[in-house]
Amino acid sequence: MSAQLHAFLERREKVKEKANAPITQPQVFVGMGTCGIAAGAQDVLKALREEMDKHNLRATIKKVGCIGMCEQEVLVDVQFPGSPRVTYGNVTPKKVSRIVESHLKEHVPVQEWVVGEVATPDDPYPGNPFYTKQKRIVLRKCGFIDPESIDEYIAMDGYSGLVSVLTRMTPEEVIEEVKKSGLRGRGGAGFNTGLKWEFARKAPGDTKYMVCNADEGDPGAFMDRSVLEGDPHAVIEGMIIGAYAVGARSGYLYVRAEYPLAIKRLKKAIADAREMALLGENILGTGFSFDLKIKEGAGAFVCGEETALLASIMGQRGMPRPRPPFPAQKGLWDCPTVINNVETYANIPGILVLGGDWFASMGTEKSKGTKVFALTGKVANTGLAEVPMGITLREIIFDVGGGIQGGRQFKAVQIGGPSGGCLPESLLDTPIDYDQLNRTGAIMGSGGLVVLDDRTCMVDVAKFFLKFTQSESCGKCTPCREGTLRMLEMLENISQGKGTEDDLLKLERLAETVKDASLCGLGQTAPNPVLTTIRYFRHEYLAHIKDKTCPAGACKHLITFYIDAEACTGCTVCAKSCPVAAITGERKKPHVIDPALCIKCGACEESCKFGAVLRGKEGAV
Amino acid sequence: MTTVNLWIDGKNVTARQGMTVMEAAEEAGIRIPHLCYHPLLEKTGACRLCVVEIEGARALQSSCTVPVAEGMRVHTMTQRVINARKTVLELLLANHPTECLTCEKAGDCALQDYAYEYNVRSDVYPGKKKEYPLEDNNPFFTRDHNKCIVCGRCIRMCADIQGQYAIDYAYRGFSTRVLTAYDESLVDSPCVFCGNCISVCPVGALTPKWERGKGRKWQYEKVRSVCPYCGVGCQIYLHVKDSKVIGVSAADGPANRGLLCVKGRFGQDFLEHPDRLTKPLIRVDGRFVEAEWEEALSLVAEKLSAIRDKYGPDALGFLSSAKVTNEENYLMQKLARAVFGTNNVDHCARLCHASSVAGLAASFGSGAMTNSIEEIENADVIFVIGSNTKEAHPVIGTYITRAISKGARLIVADPRKTDLAACADVHLQHLPGSDVALLNAMMHVILRDRLHNEDFIRNRTEGFTELKEMLEEYSPEVAEGITGVPADKMEIAARIFATAKKGTILYSMGITQHTTGTDNVMSIANLAMLTGHIGRESTGVNPLRGQNNVQGACDMGALPNVFPGYQRVDDPTARGKFEKAWGRALPDKVGLTVVEMMNAARAGQIRGMFIMGENPMVSDPDISHVKESLEQLEFLVVLDIFPTETAQLAHVVLPAAAYAEKEGTFTNTERRVQRIYRAVPPPGQARPDWLVLCQIAKAAGYEMDYDSPADILAEVATLTPSYGGISYERLDGEGLQWPCPDPGHPGTRYLHKDKFTRGLGRFYPVAFKEPAEWPDKDYPLILSTGRVLYHYHTGSMSRRARALDELVPGGYVEIHPKTAEALGIADGQMVRVETRRGWVDTKARVTDTVSQRVIFMPFHFAEAAANVLTNPALDPVAKIPELKVCAARVTLAGKGDAQ
Repeated sequence: MSAQLHAFLERREKVKEKANAPITQPQVFVGMGTCGIAAGAQDVLKALREEMDKHNLRATIKKVGCIGMCEQEVLVDVQFPGSPRVTYGNVTPKKVSRIVESHLKEHVPVQEWVVGEVATPDDPYPGNPFYTKQKRIVLRKCGFIDPESIDEYIAMDGYSGLVSVLTRMTPEEVIEEVKKSGLRGRGGAGFNTGLKWEFARKAPGDTKYMVCNADEGDPGAFMDRSVLEGDPHAVIEGMIIGAYAVGARSGYLYVRAEYPLAIKRLKKAIADAREMALLGENILGTGFSFDLKIKEGAGAFVCGEETALLASIMGQRGMPRPRPPFPAQKGLWDCPTVINNVETYANIPGILVLGGDWFASMGTEKSKGTKVFALTGKVANTGLAEVPMGITLREIIFDVGGGIQGGRQFKAVQIGGPSGGCLPESLLDTPIDYDQLNRTGAIMGSGGLVVLDDRTCMVDVAKFFLKFTQSESCGKCTPCREGTLRMLEMLENISQGKGTEDDLLKLERLAETVKDASLCGLGQTAPNPVLTTIRYFRHEYLAHIKDKTCPAGACKHLITFYIDAEACTGCTVCAKSCPVAAITGERKKPHVIDPALCIKCGACEESCKFGAVLRGKEGAV
Repeated sequence: MTTVNLWIDGKNVTARQGMTVMEAAEEAGIRIPHLCYHPLLEKTGACRLCVVEIEGARALQSSCTVPVAEGMRVHTMTQRVINARKTVLELLLANHPTECLTCEKAGDCALQDYAYEYNVRSDVYPGKKKEYPLEDNNPFFTRDHNKCIVCGRCIRMCADIQGQYAIDYAYRGFSTRVLTAYDESLVDSPCVFCGNCISVCPVGALTPKWERGKGRKWQYEKVRSVCPYCGVGCQIYLHVKDSKVIGVSAADGPANRGLLCVKGRFGQDFLEHPDRLTKPLIRVDGRFVEAEWEEALSLVAEKLSAIRDKYGPDALGFLSSAKVTNEENYLMQKLARAVFGTNNVDHCARLCHASSVAGLAASFGSGAMTNSIEEIENADVIFVIGSNTKEAHPVIGTYITRAISKGARLIVADPRKTDLAACADVHLQHLPGSDVALLNAMMHVILRDRLHNEDFIRNRTEGFTELKEMLEEYSPEVAEGITGVPADKMEIAARIFATAKKGTILYSMGITQHTTGTDNVMSIANLAMLTGHIGRESTGVNPLRGQNNVQGACDMGALPNVFPGYQRVDDPTARGKFEKAWGRALPDKVGLTVVEMMNAARAGQIRGMFIMGENPMVSDPDISHVKESLEQLEFLVVLDIFPTETAQLAHVVLPAAAYAEKEGTFTNTERRVQRIYRAVPPPGQARPDWLVLCQIAKAAGYEMDYDSPADILAEVATLTPSYGGISYERLDGEGLQWPCPDPGHPGTRYLHKDKFTRGLGRFYPVAFKEPAEWPDKDYPLILSTGRVLYHYHTGSMSRRARALDELVPGGYVEIHPKTAEALGIADGQMVRVETRRGWVDTKARVTDTVSQRVIFMPFHFAEAAANVLTNPALDPVAKIPELKVCAARVTLAGKGDAQ
């Protein structure tokens, strides 16, 4: 056994011992993912330290990643030796002094703010419906370990997969194990990971590369960010194992520059891994060498497309090229290159520790393991959820997600981001499975799940995504560059009541061609939101076209804002909020909106506390 | 070769492995429409017009990128495919101005053709259209972003083929367009206006200005020709309508493969310039008077004969021309030798590559470029010394940049930081005139580190021991003191070159135009033999010849010491052969060279001169001296297409036909003989030079009768072994590279394959010698001269090409910022440059392109002629003057003490 390996194993023993030992002083956990920080975790942390100083209290403060309940951030956990770990949700600096005084000082938890008691990483809050149907593999360590501590990762069996690979397995055996697991690419397309590695291994050439696609760009998707921020070593370990399997000596993590915290934590993780001989020359003394560089993206959505991403790494404008050749044959600098996404790599260490069969025991026939979803939109529990493949959309939205906010009506779920589709109520029993989702016209995608309620207009949703893809189209191929704009123009016409039924047919035809003839995944999937909304909500398009109405009351050209004279109290707030002075009325008397002046911005509606501002059909009042 | 079988539209097709579906379909006679695809360029699958249905594939595939596979089933004409193509065209047309009525490209526009073929309307998708202003701010071409279909061909041409990277995609989505970095104007970008982007643009987005409104594709005829500027020998098409050249495009010639440079594409309008000579002129009382041909011809014959009769044949001097055809050069030297009995015939090769001819003949036995242009692209190390290739031989420059992008390493030795030097792995910025020291130091390192090719030296060369001894004293440290180049840079360069698999050396006038020019050339030959980088593909010693036909003019014996084919005039056997063929006794004494003729004229020994297509009043060193000499002559006749500075001094000026107005052959720098064709008639009464030469001979009493230039070349072939197999019948298309000794011989791609022309290669140990004039207290700077991209030689043609002259209207002198500061000179100020021979006033260009001790002037500009300043001191062997080095000083104009 090499000295480096020996040192690693000794250290693992030590940190495990330490992790398993009962705690001797109180511990406070603060959720410091981007979601936590955005909700004010820095201020909470500062307040916490000040309050504890004030009361002269001693506790270990641990900064952890996101545990998934983004809805409840800032999350703070308090644990005493011999007691359960109690979680507080929606913590603000104001609340901190009471938590410190009551809980940390007096040992009396502030029950009204408690979210739950943390059990195990596998089931963090037993009985909490948000977690009941989850199966945490990728997210297992998030929220439990300090992502900036390699020791805490190692203590939870981190890098153990790598050690067993390097000491006991041939590259071919690694590939076999990954193939056995049935793992498919979590970036969305779902290509079999083991097979991809095998292609790259067998591709001729001495120089090969591993690339991690961390250019998560779908609106509403933040799975990869949470993994990178909460458990960066898992991704790194997955890449090293992959590199060993395919015979790569260097790799790139392509991370969007909009994820500064993820980049910071990755840099730290890479440096720590190098120091422990887990990265770099002669890893753990086994003779295998592999090192990683971070390449920051510059904000182009299309760089999430693998060939564009590779071009970007090589210093070129991020533009896709046709495949074949696939990157596994000809990637970076024409060398065989494996490119997988964050979640795919994060699955690898577990597969190598617990075996491909273990992984394959979860999920459906052709979709194995779990999938992380970012639940957003009008769902009650927004946040990050990892569920086993095969679970239905209904279970995710209504059991894990807790149903629709404010008890409103479910209308559709948009799955797969700008490349995905909108599925109606009738398809909610579709299981999470690559192939079954494809059949609906949506795609699994990378895991964005946007829940829409009855106030969302489906034409508007299609428009939103198309606007996004049009402005993010790289401009290389004609259907995507020109076609998405024409589609958008037609959607705009429809949403303004100017569309005809012929336009709808033309839109469908053009969408089909853009899907069929575009160069890369971006263009080929850009029409999906349009096609699925037409397929499942055709009546809503027809309402815009034939009746010139927007049933959801969202399309501004087709609605009129008016004030319900009975509900109006004459408080004048709406008049003050109106940017174009379209609202008039005496104090304490019902106000009136002048439709000729109104620009339909909705500011009055938002400002009215009495629900007196209403939407009606254009010209109705 | 592995083949695969596939089905295309139900047809069983056999294709080669690696072919694309589109290529396989084309071979099977199935045409697939395309816009972004171009055979010269990388395939990107961008336009999506070439999509096809492939069974098993989810989406349609771009046939230009998908490789064929065994058993593949392809459908190119299904309804699905046609719908997609129609949609693509509808989308493009929706965003394209339908100005076909006035569009320059109508009739030659791929979009127009496909819109017609697929019956596509432009109003299917009303909505937003691009509305960008027309980009018109350069003299050469306009860019219409509204007509651009963003196919990216221009980008790939600029980057991958031309190596210039001036343009790329900018912005995203519908706003995507092709721009320079930061949307600078092309003039301020790295663009070199080669216009190769224009030649691949499928629509009317890029259009040359001088061709606008003059004719559409179906209205003009395309006549193949060879560009008359530099020695690369790019083949071009002249677009001819109503007996006028209205445009130019690149032909797929072996040297240029569809590329051109700015001069080739935009510099041919000199043909139509009002300055063209159209009638013979005779000087009467100091003024030129138009005359009839008969009168002028008999006057010329009479005057030249009278001088010969009075002072002897050697009182006549003949300057032939590297711009005219092989046939005409042959006749010129025949006229001098057979008709007037003198070997005083020379041409401007004396000023450019006389030292190459002498040096390489000594070392190898043959004084020409050893290898072919296209081989450069496959070298793994390229050593360029004394050649500003990207400006002086721009299309050869593209072979270098392409080699680099394939992984080749580049070493550049040049006193200036040229654009090419900027691409180099190592730039050795040595002082002008220190080449021998630099080369010796590199060889010293190679020998010291035992990187030389012992087998090659043993089997193929002689004289190695002497070389080895001599090199001992040239350590890099010693050479550093002479060259000013850090020793470690020379070490690195030496090792890179010696360890190459295929190392090639390219050089030009930075090597040859020195009093040590022959030494320099032999030094280069030594380096090539020492490392064994010669006699194989993509290696060799490659002098890049200057003029379009300078190689041919030398081959044809327009030199004072040799007959055609480098057969010496003092060799009785050779002389006997020519005497027999020409029916006259021939002189056995070697004649005078260009500069020697000028000296002899000044001294009254030469009394009459015939100058054809040369302009020594701009091209030769020490112009004041040249002027005095020419003014001294009793009779000077100039045959040219323009009233050049030299013609101004003549007694008779004869109007010649330009290259596009006659038949003939040019031999380019890689020894390739290529044909030119008569595309248009000469203006006025101008006549082809060959005809004029025949008529003068006849008037002087010598029958010189040829039906056509083809007849002349047939005579050349009988007398010139290396041209023995070359005839007009064999020259259509690619031409032939000499040696081509017999009609069945395919020509020779590279020389010295298993044996040098002289048998064994000869090492001549060469010691460093200082240039003839070196800076001192009075003249503290080193003046070097050269060329710029946008002009050619004495400017007689390029300065009459409207766009070229508009972009670069005048000369300048480059001064290093520190030198300028010390002299109190700011960028753009008028300065006086002085040497012992004279002064000129010109604009200062303050730049670190030159080093502190060096100043540089382009020599194209008669009004600020660099050659007023240059030193006529000669190389003792090749008699080439030292145009590249002399001592100079610079002062602010008007403040200097000279006058």
